[in-house]
Amino acid sequence: MQLAETYIELNNVSFKYDKVNVIENLTFTVRRGEYLGIIGPNGGGKTTLIRIILGLLHPTMGSVQLFGKESHDFKERYRISYVPQHSTQSELGFPATVFEVVRSGRVARLGFFQSFSRKDNDAVLKAMEVAGVTEHRNTLVGKLSGGERQRVFIARALASEPEILILDEPTVGIDIGAQKTFYEFLTSLNRKHNLTIIFVSHDVGVISKEVKTVLCLNHNLVCHGFPEDLLSESVLKELYGENVAKIKHQHV
Amino acid sequence: MVRAFEAGITIGVVAPMIGMFLVVRRYSLMADTLAHVSLAGVAVGLLFSFNPIFSAIALSVCAGVGMESLRGSKRIFGESVLALFLSGSLAVAVVIISIAKGFNSSLFSYLFGSISTVSPSDVWIVLSLALIVFLNIFFLYKELFLVSFDEEVAQASGVPVRRLNLVIVVLAALAVSLSIRIVGVLLIGALMVIPVISGMQYGKGFRTTLFISIIFSLISVIVGLFSSYYFDIASGGAIVAVALIIFILSLAINPKR
Repeated sequence: MQLAETYIELNNVSFKYDKVNVIENLTFTVRRGEYLGIIGPNGGGKTTLIRIILGLLHPTMGSVQLFGKESHDFKERYRISYVPQHSTQSELGFPATVFEVVRSGRVARLGFFQSFSRKDNDAVLKAMEVAGVTEHRNTLVGKLSGGERQRVFIARALASEPEILILDEPTVGIDIGAQKTFYEFLTSLNRKHNLTIIFVSHDVGVISKEVKTVLCLNHNLVCHGFPEDLLSESVLKELYGENVAKIKHQHV
Repeated sequence: MVRAFEAGITIGVVAPMIGMFLVVRRYSLMADTLAHVSLAGVAVGLLFSFNPIFSAIALSVCAGVGMESLRGSKRIFGESVLALFLSGSLAVAVVIISIAKGFNSSLFSYLFGSISTVSPSDVWIVLSLALIVFLNIFFLYKELFLVSFDEEVAQASGVPVRRLNLVIVVLAALAVSLSIRIVGVLLIGALMVIPVISGMQYGKGFRTTLFISIIFSLISVIVGLFSSYYFDIASGGAIVAVALIIFILSLAINPKR
């Protein structure tokens, strides 16, 4: 069987912050259509890893390749969309409609002095439809619930018609019922639209259930592979410490 | 009076355009800080007998770049940077004014605005600077919106966030400097912020709020200038008083927002 195209490749990547090793010798690849979950303890380097992939941080050592190009030479940033870890209060007072926010996702595709075209508007409407926020088109983002707002941010990310979607703790501040719908939505994006998804979470249960592959990070790579093969009690102890026990359950 | 109206209407359009981006970024005090810096610039201009608008522009642009660099370095909190420049530049202005042997009527007109001292060259300076500010915002609107709404996503999208942040502060510095003749250094911050927060009371999107703010700002300038002319009061105070009345009315009309 032929392997899917490599989208992201990290080779011996290390990152130091104030002389402290946050990430050490990380090597892995992400292929087209993958649904990768990244788990690890607080301060284990998950967000730093995401920021390195996005080009927001530069590795102290090693190389990052995006779509076959060195990260610093990679200009087509619209091919990777990002939904950051939002403090749910930050957008509440901002006077912007859902349409305006989603449309801002197209900015990466346009050059300076270029205005939005009909093609851009079509992409925005399609992204809103996929994310299920069309009915809120003219609503202020601050008026939406946490779950609805997160869908708006995903619509914004989809508006640039990306090939990779990266989400950092996307369910912070969202109630449990809305989280379930949200995960189903992400899975459908991966399956129906073949969108490559990288998803950072604290929730081992969600990761083990939703994603195709998992990467366990605690400064260095603890494990990388299929969740059912990897998320054993011994791996979880290595990640989170000795006071961890694995309990299986079905409810959310 | 005609010259004051020409300059005033230009300022009325440009001030809330910049103010909008400052307010949504919770950087409203930036305008006030730049105004205090431009006061130091005015004092330098008056001391060395050249057009104070130019020295105000030079100093406030330099201060804007300095503030943004300090904020970007994350060594000092954003509001502390504003406090540093606000009080620091006021101190410099007071020292220079003391060296120049105190206040005079010319300085008073720069502090609170005056419609009688607007010269034809002032009008041309205001129009040229306003055109620069207007064109920048018009052409960089979509990038400025994204940077204002979500700096991190903008950066991840390859948008040059630091350069755009610099553009905003430099444009704010220009807007403040071009407004000092009419509104005065002590009140220009209010004209940049009050129409915007009034516009935000109507719960509309970004573009519509911006249009509402410009309309409120223009009403404030026109009614303020007429009041200044007929009641012989400082134009800056009259303009900002009208803007305040509009804000109170906007709050009253939309009490639940």
